[in-house]
Amino acid sequence: MKYAYFPGCSLESTGKEFNESTRLVAEDLGIELIEIPDWNCCGATSAHSLDHKLSIALPARNLGIAESMGLDVIAPCAACYNRMRGAEVEMKENADLRDRINSDLEKPYTGKIGVKSALEVFTFPEVLEKVAEKTSRKLPGLKPACYYGCLLIRPPKVLGFDDPENPKSLDTAMEMVGAEPVEWYFKNECCGASFGIAKSDMVVKLVGDIISNAKKHGANCIVTACPLCMTNLEMRQAAVGKLRGEDLTMPIFYFTELLGLAMESQGVKKCFASHLVDVNPALDAIGREQAVLVES
Amino acid sequence: MLTSETKQDISPLGSPGSKIDLTFKRRIAEICGENVMSCYQCGECTAGCPAAFSMDIAPNQVMRMAQLGMKDEVLESSSIWLCAGCETCATRCPRGVALSKVMDACRQLAVKEGKHIKQPNVLKFHKEFLRQVTWHGRAHEIGLMGIYKVRSRDLFSDVFSGIQMFLKGKLGLIPSRVKGLAEVRGLFKK
Repeated sequence: MKYAYFPGCSLESTGKEFNESTRLVAEDLGIELIEIPDWNCCGATSAHSLDHKLSIALPARNLGIAESMGLDVIAPCAACYNRMRGAEVEMKENADLRDRINSDLEKPYTGKIGVKSALEVFTFPEVLEKVAEKTSRKLPGLKPACYYGCLLIRPPKVLGFDDPENPKSLDTAMEMVGAEPVEWYFKNECCGASFGIAKSDMVVKLVGDIISNAKKHGANCIVTACPLCMTNLEMRQAAVGKLRGEDLTMPIFYFTELLGLAMESQGVKKCFASHLVDVNPALDAIGREQAVLVES
Repeated sequence: MLTSETKQDISPLGSPGSKIDLTFKRRIAEICGENVMSCYQCGECTAGCPAAFSMDIAPNQVMRMAQLGMKDEVLESSSIWLCAGCETCATRCPRGVALSKVMDACRQLAVKEGKHIKQPNVLKFHKEFLRQVTWHGRAHEIGLMGIYKVRSRDLFSDVFSGIQMFLKGKLGLIPSRVKGLAEVRGLFKK
């Protein structure tokens, strides 16, 4: 298995543990990732809010480069995946727009390759089989609330991945490594995404609802596959706990970190050091030695 | 905590002094391909909307007002800027309308027509984000946060988290720059 890898801006910065753990796990599973040379930003929420053509053109440039490599794209970040997949679908369906955008591109995109999320690729049955095979230390006692958020599963017409109302892929992956995912109500509710900075009071409320529900259903951590969900859930939990007068401290993991932990991928523990919220309570629950917190 | 703004008393005739524009629904369709006339007001979009609690006009009302041609009220609402683009409405609409795309179209029209922007900070954030992309070809998170804070005059919130992230090596000071920057900038032309 070989993919053109699109890390995206967040994975270079606030979501660097997602980047590191994705690469480590892919390597252990024999999935070759070749970074798309000279990739640009997918445009995220800001492009589609203000300029429709731009929101297709920015991802299209990356798709064109990937097409010249002859490889399907894997984009771990939920927003990048959503925008790139949206561009793939629109470029295939709307010939007029495709021609207009391609005339501005050095490497045109003609629809020969497609886009997948890391969650999709790592939960292919044959990949999960390999995960199970390579899992040397299962994670019993870990009770994750699997949190899919929005852009990995919606809109289903465009993405065509998993069930938008009751997604299961992340839960299946967690069961595969011996964790016990909890049933809860907020697996596909929005965390406020890009409002983390511009409208943080909205994010505080949404994050509070999500973590509170996960706790109520017995979760001892939340697992995500999106760098924005991660940032919002980590950054806002203290403020909302204070506001509500409840303890909403909750370790948040990327699913790739937990796959790596189970497969004992070399160096995966380094990822835990850059979390904003201490993950050790969750590691204690599975009887793992603590992560080293002071290292870079 | 964000509280819902005072709900406006919206009469079917619009607010005083505003004009009915029956071409509004066509403009929306031209931009995003969605037909607002398909909506039959079941309220599913509002029921599932994570941001509805903070909106001045509920999502289903945005649809109804678009049908009625109440352009000014829609384009000058908070709601169109508080939509987080989570796609819940588009997923659940029994008529197959993507209200999320209608919101995009309304934001674009509001900017284009120089309407009063009721949530200026959200627009400032989006503009700053895109400016970053024209500068570097990528979003540079620490630069984005810094410049946004100056422009929105919100200097001191989240400074602690920012410092924490910086210390953990998550906010690089030097933006990585795309080599094909001229090509990326070319994509910004209309």
